Amino acid sequence: MSEFILLYFVIIPLVMMGVLYLIPGEKKDLIRKTMAGGSALLVALAAYITIEFIEQRSAGATAPYLFTASKVWYEGFLNIHLSLGVDGISVAMLVLSSVITFTGSFASFAVEDKAKEYFLWFLMLSIGVFGFFISIDLFTMFLFYEVALIPMYLLIGYWGSNAKEYAAMKLTLMLMGGSAFLMVGIFGIYFMGTPDGAHTFEMVTLMESVSKNMPIEWQHIFFCLTFVGFGVLGAMFPFHTWSPDGHASAPTAVSMLHAGVLMKLGGYGCFRVAMCLMPQASADLGWIFLILTGTSVFYGAYSACVQNDLKYINAYSSVSHCGMVLFALLMMNQTAFTGAFLQMLSHGLMTALFFSLIGSIYGRTHTRDIRLMGGMMNIMPVLCVCYVIAGMASLGLPGLSGFVAEMNIFVGSFQRSVLSYEEGNWMFLIFTILACTSIVITAVYILRVVGKMLFGPIQDQHHASLSDANYFEKIAAFGLIICVAGIGMYPSLWTGILNFDLPRLVSLFADKTIVAPF
Amino acid sequence: MDYSQFLLMTPEVTLALALIVLLVADLVMGNDKSKQYFQTLALVVFGIHTIYNFIQGEISGQQEAFSGMYLTSNIHVFVKNMLNVGTLLVLIFSIEWNKKENSNHIAEFYLLMMSTLFGMYLMVSSGDFLLFYLGLETASIPMATLVALNKKRNESAEAAAKYILTAGFSSAVMLFGISLIYGSCGGSLYFCDVVKSFAATPVQIMAMIFFMAGVAFKISLVPFHLWTADTYQGAPTSVTAYLSVMSKGAAAFAFMIVMWKAFTVSNVAETVWHNILWWIIVITITVGNIFAIRQKNLKRFLAFSSISQAGYVMLGLMSGTSMGMGSMVYYLLVYLFTNLAAFGVISNIEDKCGKVGMDDYDGLYETNPKMAVVMMLAMFSLGGIPPFAGFFSKFFIFASAAQAGEYLLVFIALANTIISLFYYLLVVKAMFINKSNNPIAPFKSDNASLVGLTICTIAMLVLGLISPVYEQLLAWSFGVN
Repeated sequence: MSEFILLYFVIIPLVMMGVLYLIPGEKKDLIRKTMAGGSALLVALAAYITIEFIEQRSAGATAPYLFTASKVWYEGFLNIHLSLGVDGISVAMLVLSSVITFTGSFASFAVEDKAKEYFLWFLMLSIGVFGFFISIDLFTMFLFYEVALIPMYLLIGYWGSNAKEYAAMKLTLMLMGGSAFLMVGIFGIYFMGTPDGAHTFEMVTLMESVSKNMPIEWQHIFFCLTFVGFGVLGAMFPFHTWSPDGHASAPTAVSMLHAGVLMKLGGYGCFRVAMCLMPQASADLGWIFLILTGTSVFYGAYSACVQNDLKYINAYSSVSHCGMVLFALLMMNQTAFTGAFLQMLSHGLMTALFFSLIGSIYGRTHTRDIRLMGGMMNIMPVLCVCYVIAGMASLGLPGLSGFVAEMNIFVGSFQRSVLSYEEGNWMFLIFTILACTSIVITAVYILRVVGKMLFGPIQDQHHASLSDANYFEKIAAFGLIICVAGIGMYPSLWTGILNFDLPRLVSLFADKTIVAPF
Repeated sequence: MDYSQFLLMTPEVTLALALIVLLVADLVMGNDKSKQYFQTLALVVFGIHTIYNFIQGEISGQQEAFSGMYLTSNIHVFVKNMLNVGTLLVLIFSIEWNKKENSNHIAEFYLLMMSTLFGMYLMVSSGDFLLFYLGLETASIPMATLVALNKKRNESAEAAAKYILTAGFSSAVMLFGISLIYGSCGGSLYFCDVVKSFAATPVQIMAMIFFMAGVAFKISLVPFHLWTADTYQGAPTSVTAYLSVMSKGAAAFAFMIVMWKAFTVSNVAETVWHNILWWIIVITITVGNIFAIRQKNLKRFLAFSSISQAGYVMLGLMSGTSMGMGSMVYYLLVYLFTNLAAFGVISNIEDKCGKVGMDDYDGLYETNPKMAVVMMLAMFSLGGIPPFAGFFSKFFIFASAAQAGEYLLVFIALANTIISLFYYLLVVKAMFINKSNNPIAPFKSDNASLVGLTICTIAMLVLGLISPVYEQLLAWSFGVN
């Protein structure tokens, strides 16, 4: 079983679900302890995998995926495998997911109503997320992707706030709509991307055979389908509308996991499935999605400026930051790719931090409207300092994770833009500049919240007697801040892990002419 | 005459024997005192029939009896076994209802149920239009009686009247089509003869369309679905379950056999029925889904959901390969367990407190958590959510259509699954999220239903995750050629 070590990422939550099922619902303390212990185990496993991965790669392991294990699931014609494996990108994603599952569990200790059911669904969500990142078989990837979607409905619909039923339904249906696009794309890749009689879902084989076997016109179609399919989850404009409503209504830990990890599934999938399998099509048609994602970047930022609800501000800021991930991916050079994946990590951590803090503040003040709050810094200093740190990370202060990521993204983007400009196309340049302006706008909305809510006079005297963070909120917040600062202070750890694999993937795009219409 | 041909007909023979035994038993058990044992006896007899057929050995390849009138193969036998299991589950779910509401007509219930099953067997195995027609009628007429079984309710009679009138009309249309085929294809009704002389002349095309219309009624494809909702609502719940799963499944499989064996010869004929079926699938799925959104009565709701499911089932016909057949049978198998789980919950609740409205299910999780969880699994599985079996069956049947290059059709079908997910989630929402002032009181259901529900639940959870079932079906299936 040791070769299936990655499968423990799925087995541990499954066992936890089994244990939770046996615990009677009234013993909430026991449930919380199980969650804390189990998710700590997941973090340990992720750390072990990371260290082991670095060691093996440094020792010269050059296989595209490490820790691979494969077992036939559906034999014969369909040829579905349970294939597991990780490369540098998935290792980074696994670490992110486990950290957020861990902190999310702590952030959900405040849930009192039907805590057992809540954690059961929460674990199912995390099974979907982990399973997605460890799979290197398209079928199992898609399966886990859908497993991650459905718990959202009940988590938001039952434990959410505001217009929760509307938001839950909207989110579920839009994401399922994305998976409809995706499924057609997967069928296309499966049937047309491999020669007759040797159909397979395995990524390693598909990487070579799709561009050889599939006619380019079909590549164009299936590239668009898969990119849109995953793009919906990555909150690409104009398919982002589920995200503000969904995040605003979701309970704290679900917002954390959703904005922190689930939206990364989108970017990761766009890269792995749409772009790496069909590099020629992405070079030809990438500009369509560049326009859309470029729009997400500044549209999200502008929208965040006019919101008064804390969660809406962060949801729109997520649209902007996740747009930046897809934007950078479409630049198709090494610096931008590095930036994109660093941005995934950075955004995942800092959004999770934001949402956990907002959850704590909302739990005390019972309002998220920034106009009704003021002078919070005097009332709950720990939470507010953490909030400022998260805000600084978000607007790209050097020393925190946001700076490293955005620096890479924009350097990479300008490299591509200049190349493209020399060929007489200025589209890349325009959108890069537009995307750059979003940094300034980010500063506007972050500082607006900090100024109105944290400083200034106390708006509501009822707030004056509120308590500061308790121990589990501190664990969640400090854990995330350490990670955010860790990436910012010592980025070469993560760029190192990514660089084991990125050169190989960048070379897919190296000889392609990136098309731009104007 | 070679009597060994009857050996190929084991399922029919044992079912006929079971029917005779029960008929005689009903006569013998004249008085009320021994009548109470009839239900047990019937279940035992039918159980023996099911198990006996289940443990029969494999058949080698495709075989025929009576010079091609009767066809059989492993997949035929599998479909019959599947129908047996489904019928057994329906019978298990209806034990309680039989005791309480139907105590005077228990024997009729069992005998009619098994007669329709006999008709379905013939339909599935037919190698000739005449036998197909006989099977269809044998399946339809007792069904109308079953629908009308609840004599005290007006709706039941209305449902039966609607069913028998539409059934009669569609049989007439179909018979007209068959007679045109007989006239224009050289005076033979064997599939293997029709396929040779089918030249896709206008008359033959018309005949084929008439035939398709007749079967489409049975599977309740749009635009031949109008009887479905009223009949489903009015019939006793166990009969509705039977109608929605067994009747539909048998007809769909038989339809596939006929279309592949009799009408897939020239490119013209195949293109014609492909095009017709393409549009029928699109309309069926869409109309079924859109109408399901508005339903407040759960039986009506499942009626429209079953219409759209029938559309998905038809996707299996498009490819003409063994994968199409295997995926379709697998889909029917999963659909059987899933839908019966939903109907099992509905009939349980209806027996205990007579409620079938969706609003009545508000807050069901608070009072009857187990029932709510089973219903939720059934809804997720119907909606195609992994890791439940419905996801796998949908994936495979879509894959078989994609194999034939029907990407647009697959996309439309997938877009429709979003609509269907919406209304399936409405049920989940009612049970888990909505609060109710007047919830269904906690109850304890009878042991038989619990066994049935447990079987269905295990099947929903396990059927997709273990692969041998589907692999075996693929191995047994065959394509057009």
